[in-house]
Amino acid sequence: MTATSIDTQLLRFSDVAMTFPNGTTALEGVDLTVDRGEFVTVVGPSGCGKSTLLRIASGLESATEGGVELDTDRIGYVFQDATLLPWRSVQANVELLAELHKVPKAQRTEAAKAAIDLVGLTGFEKNLPRELSGGMRMRTSLARSLTLDPELFLFDEPFGALDEITRERLQDELLRIFVEKRFAGLFITHSVSEAVYISTKVVVMSGRPGHIVDTFDIPFPMPRDPEVRFTAEFAELTGKISHALREGHR
Amino acid sequence: MATTTPTTTVRADVSAAGTRSISTFRLGRGLKTLWPPLAVLAAIILGWYVLSLVVLAERNFLLPPPHEIFTEALFNPGTAADIFLALWRTALVAVTGLAIAIVLGIVWAVAMSQARWVERSLFPYAVILQCIPILALVPLIGFWFGFNFEARTIVCVLIALFPMVSNTLFGLQSVEKSQRELFQLQGASRWTVLTKLQLPAALPAIFAGMRISAGLAVVGAIVGDFFFRRGTPGIGSLLSDYTSRIQSAELFAAIIVACLFGVAVFVLFGWIGRRAVGRWYESNRG
Ligand SMILES: Nc1ncnc2c1ncn2[C@@H]1O[C@H](COP(=O)(O)OP(=O)(O)OP(=O)(O)O)[C@@H](O)[C@H]1O
Ligand SMILES: [Mg+2]
Repeated sequence: MTATSIDTQLLRFSDVAMTFPNGTTALEGVDLTVDRGEFVTVVGPSGCGKSTLLRIASGLESATEGGVELDTDRIGYVFQDATLLPWRSVQANVELLAELHKVPKAQRTEAAKAAIDLVGLTGFEKNLPRELSGGMRMRTSLARSLTLDPELFLFDEPFGALDEITRERLQDELLRIFVEKRFAGLFITHSVSEAVYISTKVVVMSGRPGHIVDTFDIPFPMPRDPEVRFTAEFAELTGKISHALREGHR
Repeated sequence: MATTTPTTTVRADVSAAGTRSISTFRLGRGLKTLWPPLAVLAAIILGWYVLSLVVLAERNFLLPPPHEIFTEALFNPGTAADIFLALWRTALVAVTGLAIAIVLGIVWAVAMSQARWVERSLFPYAVILQCIPILALVPLIGFWFGFNFEARTIVCVLIALFPMVSNTLFGLQSVEKSQRELFQLQGASRWTVLTKLQLPAALPAIFAGMRISAGLAVVGAIVGDFFFRRGTPGIGSLLSDYTSRIQSAELFAAIIVACLFGVAVFVLFGWIGRRAVGRWYESNRG
C-alpha cells in the first residue's frame, strides 16, 4: 500500500508549521496525507489550528514552514456558515462558482440542476437564502461546491450550527454523495461521533500549537449503514478517540 | 445584513416570505400607518389657527390662517403658476445635482474600497466636504461659476454628496470575510469581486444613501437659488421675494409646495430601494 501511495496521494503536509505575523503559532510539525477515495476527519480542541490547516490546504494561507503538496486544482471548500449570496436564488447561488470560472450559461445551468438534485433541493431553485432553513442553506452550499466536481473537498465544521436531527440527515446525504462522487474529503468537526460515522480515517490534534497526536482507521465499510452508530465497535472507537483527544489536550 | 444571520436556528418555513408580502400590501395596514401622522397634522393645523387668529390676531400677516394659503395663493392662478414654474426649475437642478452626486459618490467610494491607502487619502475630504459651511460658500460659487443652472447644481452636489460616499463605502465594506474568500478561492479578479459581490452587497446601503441625498439635493437646490436670485429663479428666489414683500400666504404656499416635493422625492427613492433590494434584504426595522 505504501508503495503505490505516491500515485494515490492527493494532499500531503510534511512537517508544516504556521506562525501568524502577530506571533501566534497555530500549527507545529504537522504531517498529514489525504489519499484519493479517503475521507479524513480532523478533531481537536477549539483554537488548535484546524481551520488554519484547511486554509493552508486550500491556498488561502501559506505555511511558514514545511511542505504542502497538492495534486489537484479542483478543490471544494465548504465554510462553517453557508456563505450564500442573499440576493441570489438557490439556482443562481449554486451556479456562482461555475460562473466565476466562465463556464457557458447552458452548461452551468445543467451542472447546477444536477448538483441541486444531488443534495435533494429540487423544487427550491427559485427560493432566496432567507427563505431557507439552516439545513437547506448548507445543502445549497454543498451543491455549489459540487458543481466544480472537486477531487478534494474541504469542510470546516459545516454542520456545527445545525440541530442534531438535521445534522445526522446531512451526514447521511454527505456519505451518499461521497460514495457516488468519490472525491477525497478533509473534514473538520468538534463531534467525535460525527467523525467516526462519516470518515475512513480520524486524525486527532493536540491543543495549540496543534500537531497530530493520533490517527485512527475506521473499519466500517462504505456505503455506511446508519445502524453502525449503535454497535459496540462504534462505541469503543468513539471512546478511544475521545480519550486521545483529552490526552492531547493536556 | 441578512447574511450575518447565523444559521443556528432551523426556520423551515418557505411560506413565511409569501405571507409577509401579502399582509404588507393589505389596505388596513396602510390606514393604520397613515393615521398617526394625520392626527399630528390635525393638531398642527389646530395650533396654527389658534396662534394665527387668537394669539397674533391683528398681526396675523406674520402667520396667516391655513386656509388663506389656499384662497390667497394656491387657488390664485397667477401665484400658483409662479410657484409651479419655480418648482419645476428647482426640480431640474435637484435631479441633475442628485444624479451627479450619486455617480460621483459611488465612484469615490469604489475607489476607496480598492485599497486602504486610497481610503486613508480620500476619506478625510469626504468628511471635510460634509463640514464645510456651505452657506458661506454659496455666494463664492455664484461668483466663480455664474449665477445660473451650473452654479445651482454645484451647490446641490456639494450638499448631497456625503451620504452617497459614506453609505456606499459602508456597503462595499460590509461583505463578510468568508464570502470574499469564496471568490478568492476561485481566483476571481478585483473587477469580478466588485461587480458580483461588493456592489450587490452594497445596494441596500446605496439606496439608503440615495434617499438621504435626494432630500438634501432638494434642500441644496433651494438654498443655492435663495442666495443667487438671478439667472433662472426657482423656489428659493421666490421664497426670498415673498419674504421681502411680506407676502406671507404666498410664502407659506411656496414652503409647503417645496416641502411636499422633498417628501415625494424621499418616498420615491424609498420605494425604488424596496423594489430593488427589498426581496432579499431585511432591514432591521422589519
Ligand atoms: N489571522 C490570524 N492572525 C493571528 N492569529 C490567528 C489568525 N487566525 C487564527 N489565529 C489563531 O490561531 C489559532 C488557531 O486558529 P484556528 O481558527 O485555526 O483554530 P480552530 O482549531 O479552527 O478553532 P475552532 O475549533 O474554534 O474553529 C487560534 O489561537 C487563533 O487565535
Ligand atoms: Mg475553526
